Amino acid sequence: MKLKLHVWRQNGPGNEGRFEDYVAENVSEHMSFLEMLDVVNEQLIARGDEPIAFDHDCREGICGSCGFMINGEPHGPLPSTTVCQLHMRNYRDGDELWIEPWRATAFPVIRDLIVDRSPLDRIVQAGGYISVRTGSAPEANNIAVPKANADLAMDAAECIACGACVAACPNASAMLFTGAKVTHLGALPQGQPERYTRVVEMVTMHDDEGFGHCTNHGACQTACPKNIKVDYIGRLNADLRKAKFRHPAG
Amino acid sequence: MRRVFSLWDSTVGKKIMMATTGVILIGFVVGHMIGNLKVYQGADAFNHYAEGLRTVGEPFFGSGQLLWIIRIVLLAAVGIHILAAVQLVMRSRKARAIGYRKYEGDMVFSYASRTMTWGGLIILGFVVYHLMHLTFGNAHPDFVHGNAYHNFVTGFQSWPVSIAYILTMIPLGFHLYHGFWSMLQTFGATNPKMNHVRRPIAAALAGVVVLGNISFPVAVLAGLVGY
Ligand code: FES
Repeated sequence: MKLKLHVWRQNGPGNEGRFEDYVAENVSEHMSFLEMLDVVNEQLIARGDEPIAFDHDCREGICGSCGFMINGEPHGPLPSTTVCQLHMRNYRDGDELWIEPWRATAFPVIRDLIVDRSPLDRIVQAGGYISVRTGSAPEANNIAVPKANADLAMDAAECIACGACVAACPNASAMLFTGAKVTHLGALPQGQPERYTRVVEMVTMHDDEGFGHCTNHGACQTACPKNIKVDYIGRLNADLRKAKFRHPAG
Repeated sequence: MRRVFSLWDSTVGKKIMMATTGVILIGFVVGHMIGNLKVYQGADAFNHYAEGLRTVGEPFFGSGQLLWIIRIVLLAAVGIHILAAVQLVMRSRKARAIGYRKYEGDMVFSYASRTMTWGGLIILGFVVYHLMHLTFGNAHPDFVHGNAYHNFVTGFQSWPVSIAYILTMIPLGFHLYHGFWSMLQTFGATNPKMNHVRRPIAAALAGVVVLGNISFPVAVLAGLVGY
């Protein structure tokens, strides 16, 4: 099939960007979206042009490196799918695609479709450590974790920090990400000692990085390739409230 | 008190303030609608109710005292609600300084969430007009102090005024629907067993308030409430 692409090109963080038009020819329906771009890039290189820069690593949908907007949706139209796992069989011959980087002031464009997502790392760092006894491995089952809590923590830990929630959010808020990270340790016994300081530190860092606030639009949940639910934001909100009133030392 | 102020430092804290003031305002809107239903019991019942609002709390409070306390609380709630909203909206504008060429708006849960800001502004404008119309009377063609029933009937006999009231109830409904649901989320009232009833409750609340309020001008225009 043949596709018409409008791709955001930008040389560097301070530069003006613009859309460039490309035609992707001989696209096989078995290609992933990134493979389709690889083919376009080979043609660009053969012509002596700069290839389109985009982030990727595992191409298995597990690392969180890839991601950009396709026709206004993070990672494209499929639910629960990263762009590396999006296949061209989801498109028709003659489709026109607008491809843009995540847009958030907190995520400056590094080049073309690559943005700097280190603010997400700093939110995690702000959460700090959990108190565990180091040394020899502890007895398994020493700390009992109720099944429901284990499931909750595991579901929250599915977040791959791709940034799609920020990209989708009309407020460019990273609350879904932060909510997942707060929940993932907050649901486990090991995460309890620092639970309330952690939520305050993470929310403070979230705000300092310049992300917007959550207005419960839910676009993040729709966009998330890992099915993280806005319920985690509810948990974060409750933890922050308790941190302020019930455990004010945090 | 220090803890309440420190809430103001974070976006989540500001939302908790908005949710808290929102609860007060929802309580007012619901009470206002229910109170006005007395108009269906005739002029005496309605005027008696309007007068009773002044004397409520007696003998502990003097005439009008509790009413003024409630007014001050409501005014403060409106002020905090708007201040937090303005600060948060400005923040969110900055957080996405460069917009998308294409954006799939259907990703959001509801139309209501996208219209909170504009809806809020319309409601604010309406409240100012409504106070001038039926409380102070300076935007009313034939205002009689102390005769709420008369002001009600003659006020709504004007088609343009009634239509304006009815139309404003649409953004109010959306605002209540998303606001109520959002409030539960902001307070962290999430519980896997209860989450599926949060939206229906929000919709029912918004629906009851909107239908109740719309019934007033409609009843006057239809001649069901009059002399
Ligand atoms: S490249 Fe790893 S998730 Fe897409």
